[in-house]
Amino acid sequence: MRTKKIVNAGDHAVDEMLDGILAAHSGHLARVAGTKRAIVARDGPRDGKVGLVIGGGSGHEPTFVGFVGRGLADAAAIGNVFASPPPDPILACTQAVNGGAGVLYMYGNYAGDVMNFDMAAEMAAMDDIEVRTVLTTDDIASAPRDRRDSRRGVAGNFFIFKVAGAACDRMLDLDEVERIARKANAHTFTMGVALAPCSLPQTRRPNFEIGAEEMEIGMGIHGEPGVARGPLEPADSIVDEMMDRILAEMAPAKGDRVALLVNGLGATPLMELYIMNRRVRQRLDDAGIGVHATWVGNWCTSLEMTGASVTCMHLDGELTAFLDHPCDCAMFRVG
Amino acid sequence: MEIAASDLVRMIAAVADDLETNKDELCRLDGLIGDADHGIAMALGFGAARDAVTALGPEAEPSAVLNAAAKAFLSGVGASCGPLYATALMRAGASVKGKARLDDGDAVALLRGMETGIRDRGKAEPGQKTMLDAWAPAASAAEAALSAGNDLPQCFDAAVMAARDGAEATRQMVATKGRAERLGDRSLGHVDPGAASAVMVIAAMARALPA
Repeated sequence: MRTKKIVNAGDHAVDEMLDGILAAHSGHLARVAGTKRAIVARDGPRDGKVGLVIGGGSGHEPTFVGFVGRGLADAAAIGNVFASPPPDPILACTQAVNGGAGVLYMYGNYAGDVMNFDMAAEMAAMDDIEVRTVLTTDDIASAPRDRRDSRRGVAGNFFIFKVAGAACDRMLDLDEVERIARKANAHTFTMGVALAPCSLPQTRRPNFEIGAEEMEIGMGIHGEPGVARGPLEPADSIVDEMMDRILAEMAPAKGDRVALLVNGLGATPLMELYIMNRRVRQRLDDAGIGVHATWVGNWCTSLEMTGASVTCMHLDGELTAFLDHPCDCAMFRVG
Repeated sequence: MEIAASDLVRMIAAVADDLETNKDELCRLDGLIGDADHGIAMALGFGAARDAVTALGPEAEPSAVLNAAAKAFLSGVGASCGPLYATALMRAGASVKGKARLDDGDAVALLRGMETGIRDRGKAEPGQKTMLDAWAPAASAAEAALSAGNDLPQCFDAAVMAARDGAEATRQMVATKGRAERLGDRSLGHVDPGAASAVMVIAAMARALPA
């Protein structure tokens, strides 16, 4: 059965979405001249500042383009649905945000993204732009703890990009920005669950099959199968399974503080996300962990997938300060 | 047999046509262990390559055709197959640089060049359940057939058969590279979509060899 979507030609979906985003957010965003899919902040890139370029496939909105703006990312390179952008738009972003202090690439750890961003970095080096890369690897379901570097980057991008963008905005140098970005990634833990698939605009066919009474624990944000499939449980049980794993990895001490993201994958209503947040909060209270800030909503989506993830960023004074630093993006604001 | 630049253009167009025809099947395979976009990306990439090489003038040499295909593929898609096939086509171009026409040995070297490009860019080894599990045996089979004294269509037939066996063998492999890596044992029993599309690429090239 074909899924229903409000699209024109499937192959035009990404460019038409960008047209709509630029029409709505022209105060924040612009295309890099001569490109279609290199989106740069109107306010943000400046001399002496490390430029932050993020990017990846489409279908995760507001990730990535919604996080472009003053105090966060300077530019985003946009790929096809669930596919890395090619090197061209990444290089265009790099040149557009280069303020002479180097450029940091941040994106989720996927083989395609790594190859395309690495090729762009090689091309940037020919322009004498120093590029460093920090991959996000917050999905704790995607590989065991001793292989953290193999894990996928998912909704935790939200916190990790935010912290790195603040470090750039404070005019820290490239070494320091890179250190802080790596620390932010190491302190961020996400666990997701999916209940129903999404479909690509071109195929309009569910991208995986799952029984009416089943859920998939640890599913990726592109519908990649997760670590285990089981019967659909009540909200509290789902959250308990997520929080057991997150708390075991994060190993917080009593009195520690976290930032919290309860993220919808696209089709799960806020009602259910807040039901989840209720239980997340109970679990954190029980463990004696304070919550510095909470975001509940659709921040890193997977088209119309049904499901959700919980992300905790384990805070210390330094990360808290960067998280609270103001930012003004098309789809996200702090301060 | 001799292969001219115009033959390479026709071979690339044949690959693009076959991938367009089979893109839904490749997306379905990818949906089982990946993110269901592999057919779209491959069809887009070789479609862009075909458009670029058919626009070249008759004076373009084989290496220029392959480089134009590489460039168009890379800017046309991204994804994983963009860098992999762009590098493959670039290496193939380098392997026949300066030649106006390719003899049998050059054409087999071109296949090996593609395999080397994929291997270097993807940093994969055979056995990791990737497209290399089709490409590596295909390149070796073509070389073995050539040194056994076979003609080029026979070399390509050997490559297609080896690629098909290699792709089929990925069913028994646990992915340790690429997006399916995180699935562990759950990738068992499924053909790697990149290996499946590699068979289509090599088979289309074989079919479009000059008569």
